[in-house]
Amino acid sequence: MIHVTINGKAIEIAEGSTILQAAKSAGIQIPTLCFLEKREPLGACRVCLVEVEGARTLVAACSTPCVEGQVVHVNGPKARAARKQVVELLLSEHDGDCQTCERNEDCELRKLASDMGIRTVTYGGARAAPKRDDSTPGLVRDNSKCIKCRRCVTVCNQVQGIGALFPQGRGFATVIGPAFAGDLDGVTCVQCGQCAAVCPVGAITERSAIDDVWAALDDPAKTVVVQTAPAIRAALGEEFGYPPGTRVTGQMTTALRQMGFDAVFDTNFAADLTIMEEGTELLTRLKRALVDKDKTAALPMFTSCSPGWVQFAEYYYPNFLDHLSTCKSPQQMFGAVAKTYYAQKIGKKPEDMVVVSVMPCTAKKFEAQRPEMNASGVRDVDYVLTTRELARMIRQANLAFTELPDGEMDAPLGLSSGAADIFANTGGVMEAALRTAYEIVTGRELPAENLHVKPIEGLEGIKEAALKIERTQPAWSFLEGAELKVAVAHGLGNARKLLEMIRSGEAQYHFIEVMTCPGGCIGGGGQPRFTDDGVRLKRISAIYAEDESKKLRKSHDNPAVAELYRDFLGKPLGHKSHELLHTRYAQKERR
Amino acid sequence: MTKTCTCACAEAAPDEAELMKRLDDVLAEQKDKPGGLIPALQTAQAIFGYLPESVLRRVAQAFDKSYSEVAGVVSFYSFFSTVPRGKYLVRVCLGTACYVRGGNEVLRAMKDKLGIDVGGTTPDRQFSLEVGRCFGACGMAPVLMVNDDLHQRVKPAKIGELLEKYRAPAQEARP
Ligand code: SF4
Ligand code: SF4
Ligand code: SF4
Ligand code: FES
Ligand code: FES
Repeated sequence: MIHVTINGKAIEIAEGSTILQAAKSAGIQIPTLCFLEKREPLGACRVCLVEVEGARTLVAACSTPCVEGQVVHVNGPKARAARKQVVELLLSEHDGDCQTCERNEDCELRKLASDMGIRTVTYGGARAAPKRDDSTPGLVRDNSKCIKCRRCVTVCNQVQGIGALFPQGRGFATVIGPAFAGDLDGVTCVQCGQCAAVCPVGAITERSAIDDVWAALDDPAKTVVVQTAPAIRAALGEEFGYPPGTRVTGQMTTALRQMGFDAVFDTNFAADLTIMEEGTELLTRLKRALVDKDKTAALPMFTSCSPGWVQFAEYYYPNFLDHLSTCKSPQQMFGAVAKTYYAQKIGKKPEDMVVVSVMPCTAKKFEAQRPEMNASGVRDVDYVLTTRELARMIRQANLAFTELPDGEMDAPLGLSSGAADIFANTGGVMEAALRTAYEIVTGRELPAENLHVKPIEGLEGIKEAALKIERTQPAWSFLEGAELKVAVAHGLGNARKLLEMIRSGEAQYHFIEVMTCPGGCIGGGGQPRFTDDGVRLKRISAIYAEDESKKLRKSHDNPAVAELYRDFLGKPLGHKSHELLHTRYAQKERR
Repeated sequence: MTKTCTCACAEAAPDEAELMKRLDDVLAEQKDKPGGLIPALQTAQAIFGYLPESVLRRVAQAFDKSYSEVAGVVSFYSFFSTVPRGKYLVRVCLGTACYVRGGNEVLRAMKDKLGIDVGGTTPDRQFSLEVGRCFGACGMAPVLMVNDDLHQRVKPAKIGELLEKYRAPAQEARP
């Protein structure tokens, strides 16, 4: 422990901590821009300059370590003026049109300028020409808004291990972007949107589907239904001033209904359906491997709900593709079921229906456009909105969100169990699958307190658990005494580590969950900004609370799913399921 | 049709597959060396005369780096070129003798006339511009070379004229 004084406050802090960390621990704010928690500070933007007594120059708080006895002034005139100058310089090179900018609600640069009281831009710096890159389905880039903080580079390279974005060129002419400042579709990118999630300004955003959705809602010939992913309800409130971790399921439902959707449904329904299919698939693979000694039964099996992960495997691990569950993601299962089963129920043709998804994710925009996702004969999911876009639409509809009464989702595709809610969290798909698979095999409930598999919860990058299977039902006696080993990874960098461990034989599992984004869908690239670990943990708790608030906690108890099997699909992995709910993957050449 | 050589050398270019094989040999040797990327890119440029996309993607794969990262490195250093060399490689000497006798003004005039920087190539792929360090003709400084032709006592004002001779009716080799 060492001792420093910041703004007159004595602080005790672990050796090796930075001035920024010390200040934060004492509740003292220092503005930052290029800094990202848990990552090596770049010290590039100089927005965090502070004064240290005895030092010749101002220092960057994010990258300067504390030393014993240090006396720091955050708000002396020198530091204030210097920080202001840094931001003024950024503004002078920035193609700013805050009135119309996509980012104007939560722009960090705009906030910094306003917090510092900048009212005129004194420098007339050279600006980059606007250049819009909308070459990919999920994202739009505009380099003229980029302030070169490199957060996107850090996330794309270090957290996701993709490296689509990198500084190009040198000096003033440096451009942050894909190879040779070209378009994003010229390089390998999985559309996860983590770059958009960390970008402080309007330089990377989701590609908006708002206009398309309004047009569909305004078209009287169309039946427009909406599904919302489980992660939305734990985050949407942040856009309307609620603290992170506030559950707004009921208000969100009312808002959607008032916006004019013909039915408000739930991706959760399809998550329960996914568990029925995927759980059965896992058990079938285990049987083929253990009883039939079938070498083609690829184990471990991987989840396939996260389209960024699926693309990652297609690009980097083609040899593992037959290990991926053939189940489509809940979003796509929902679309396929809505445009067949539900369309028949209400006497509509698939082409007269419009399915809108609200997703925490930009990769879902890409997934909906995959050519094979048209099991109903037309595109199964027409438009995908991010959580942020839904918030914008709610504002555009002039709804006072916080005043709205709670609503209930519609039957039948709006009914779900708590197991579906936890799809939003890292470890959640695994837990939901175990709740069902264990019960199928043993006839007894998963022996875990409150049905939570603790070792696979939380923000540890790679998690694992083992489950002893005893006293099986007769049909599953081949699993008697077996130990089911599972692992969970979130963030593609962690997924890569886990895959390498499996490839080298260092680790062995039966079932593995991978989610593209840190924390799972609650930390998705389309969620309200800014998402740090504190926010992730609050959303995760909200999701578990939502799960525990449900009467039904297990997917196989969902009566609407049971009815779907009885009246339409037949049985899990049956012929119709295969047609509608399963898919295949193909190796992609890296770009 | 015979293949036209895009580099500054006089011999006919070996075919693409042959060059790629040479590249792969280099990559196999370099890829595990720390800091091997830049030397590998330099060798690749020596083999191909420039760094086409197909070569960069190969290098990226070998080093297990993203294409954007390799592109970032290539675009950071001015000695890498991603466009084929022009038909004529112009090298302006900036060795001591030439420098003292106005090599720099010659270079500035050359940049002006060609509209490119050092390391660049004109859009019509006629000229590439480099600088040299003493061509052993100090007595005649300032000098420059266009492919194998040595031009001595070059006057900045006469650069346009000098280039015209090469530019004139294309096709045939010059002069
Ligand atoms: S990025 Fe921020 S500062 Fe720039 S125009 Fe948009 S809202 Fe304004
Ligand atoms: S979407 Fe993901 S993979 Fe693509 S550039 Fe952004 S962070 Fe990188
Ligand atoms: S695109 Fe955004 S995150 Fe990336 S460097 Fe520019 S401003 Fe920073
Ligand atoms: S936040 Fe410290 S230098 Fe950017
Ligand atoms: S310095 Fe130019 S030829 Fe020697």
